[in-house]
Amino acid sequence: MGETRALQPQAGPEGLDLQALYRDSNVAAALEALDRELVGLAPVKTRVREIAALLLVEKLRRSVGLEAGPPSLHMSFTGNPGTGKTTVALRMAEILHALGYSRKGHLVAVTRDDLVGQYIGHTAPKTKEVLKRAMGGVLFIDEAYYLYRPENERDYGQEAIEILLQVMENQREDLVVILAGYRDRMGRFFASNPGMASRIAHHIDFPDYSESELYAIAELMLAGMQYRLSAGAQAALREYIGLRRAQPHFANARSIRNALDRARLRQAKRLFERRGAPLTREALMTIEAEDVRASRVFAARTEENQP
Amino acid sequence: MRITQGTFSFLPDLTDAQIRAQIEYCLGRGWAVSVEYTDDPHPRNAYWEMYGMPMFDLKDAAGVMAEVDACRKTFPDHYVKVNAFDATLGWESLRLSFIVNRPKKEPGFGLLREEGAGRTQRYSVRAYATERPEGERYT
Repeated sequence: MGETRALQPQAGPEGLDLQALYRDSNVAAALEALDRELVGLAPVKTRVREIAALLLVEKLRRSVGLEAGPPSLHMSFTGNPGTGKTTVALRMAEILHALGYSRKGHLVAVTRDDLVGQYIGHTAPKTKEVLKRAMGGVLFIDEAYYLYRPENERDYGQEAIEILLQVMENQREDLVVILAGYRDRMGRFFASNPGMASRIAHHIDFPDYSESELYAIAELMLAGMQYRLSAGAQAALREYIGLRRAQPHFANARSIRNALDRARLRQAKRLFERRGAPLTREALMTIEAEDVRASRVFAARTEENQP
Repeated sequence: MRITQGTFSFLPDLTDAQIRAQIEYCLGRGWAVSVEYTDDPHPRNAYWEMYGMPMFDLKDAAGVMAEVDACRKTFPDHYVKVNAFDATLGWESLRLSFIVNRPKKEPGFGLLREEGAGRTQRYSVRAYATERPEGERYT
């Protein structure tokens, strides 16, 4: 009897208000930013919302004395390049900070080079320094599978992994680790490091963007840079995306950004060559079809079509 | 004799929570925090041993606290202090420094008198602890 009473939440007469907690924390703003800035990625957004809900409920539970220990927050983001892993990690850091699971909410992004040393005894201080910098925030390890190199048995990556595991286990309230990389390689990395796999609670998979999503991303980027596409350029860009996607080394949103940067370059060149002619604000903002169509991607197609 | 030194020399020893709060303050100001240790308590001993490198670009005190704890564990019977270095132009010096660990027993100092030319008397102090070689004091 006494036990059951102890488990009752010590709620005030007004009960527990999840809505108020949600409103008062800045989680709503972070989740909205995630929706606004990232096109598509429905499964990722769902998972982030689930995690946010879990943390919110956990916080409420803790406020009424229901202890379940700090939840494990280490995550793994897998997906092809340019699918928004780093951006989501940034938002994740904000969400964790808003909910009080991360004291400072900053993101430290590193790769193998920042963690692994070049000679014996170099790795531990290097890894520890990075960990100290990331304390109170989120450590984002990009292309984490490079840490483990089975082909070289004297590789120092293993040492970095061991230090990382120790901190991930013992200082869970100080640091959240997010590992990111390609899906298949991360799978192999986890298979060969079961200790790492078991300490990661949330695996989030980032799908590739569809053509219409990539186009929406392009529009979002252009709006951010105060450019716009003429009607002809819109059609050209849609065509470009379709062609570029089929080519090797396609890096989703990153490829789109690069394409837009090159289109801006060509637009500037076009305007510069016609200098002397009157120029309007409109012309400075508009990217024409020829700016897009001058891309190498279209050239490759015409070559293919030739006998 | 309890040695006092640095910013909070007039206060009793800080608790870990207080040390953490001080470090938070330093990091908030953008100062680089470092940990040093020694077993020579002489007030003129300005050159303590560094425990690791000074820590730049830290955001949270947890990293420094881990370092302080590691130093205390390695040198439980040494003096350990935390320094905060301000690198901004015009300061470029220590802004804060305080002791975070001390030996359990501090025997204090003996006064040495030296006879100089023409019956002049010169005085100096010597820590009883330093009569033994480095590393074996306070054990």
